[in-house]
Amino acid sequence: MAAYISGLYGGMLIGLSAAILMLANGRVAGVSGIVGRLLQGVQTATGAAFVAGLVVGPILFRLLSGEWPEVVLTASLPVVVIGGFLVGYGSRMGSGCTSGHGVVGLARLSRRSVAAVATFMIAAVATVYLMGFFV
Amino acid sequence: MSKSAGFRVAVTFVSGAIFGLGLAISGMLNPARVRGFLDITRDWDPTLAFVLGGAVAVSAIGMSLARWMRKPLLDERFHVPETRLIDRRLILGSAIFGVGWGMVGLCPGPAVALLSLGLPATILFLATMFAGMAVYDHRLGVGLWRRAS
Repeated sequence: MAAYISGLYGGMLIGLSAAILMLANGRVAGVSGIVGRLLQGVQTATGAAFVAGLVVGPILFRLLSGEWPEVVLTASLPVVVIGGFLVGYGSRMGSGCTSGHGVVGLARLSRRSVAAVATFMIAAVATVYLMGFFV
Repeated sequence: MSKSAGFRVAVTFVSGAIFGLGLAISGMLNPARVRGFLDITRDWDPTLAFVLGGAVAVSAIGMSLARWMRKPLLDERFHVPETRLIDRRLILGSAIFGVGWGMVGLCPGPAVALLSLGLPATILFLATMFAGMAVYDHRLGVGLWRRAS
């Protein structure tokens, strides 16, 4: 139960972050978009600032709670390599990921984002289901 | 850099830090928890639904306020996507993203935020994610997708 509560609070902070970026700068808090543009050398100052903030976030968590967040990654190296590539390629092709389409797009009632979220949820659930038979 | 451009960079940093803190508190930096949510037929962990629900609820308040504003506080206009087209690129890209997300349990936000922990496996994920982005954005695959669409 406690995990659901901290999930809810953490989620609300993520929503607050997206609201601030839209109200102050008029920008979508979409990580794949921000990182993708940064890699292309576009909007580098704000892109680098957002990335730096993202990295500082878990450090703040460490200072506030006294411990690092738990990370359990069971995927083998080839799965990490292929999965990372697909996440990068697919998020740029689909113009967004869990943050841009999920947190911002759904909140803006964007039909494109509803379609994107439904698609990547179904694809991810199917992937985990199928991998369960092999691992 | 103009004064408002400097403020925009500062606000973006704060926004990123709140985002990263929220990811850490929510448990979504943990790929096992994310995959637990996606694993609906086995030992389902509903936490991600609470995270996304809380995030969208608060975000929606901000997006509604934004609709009442002529322009954002620190810029001359809102920079939001104009296109409303649900096309093959959107769906195929989202499906590819979903497969990778399901395989590892990491998406771009947590992958970047986890740089703070310095774990080799998540750094490797981030590096190949950058590669995937660069390959798409440099259109090395453009011929293939052009034929498909």
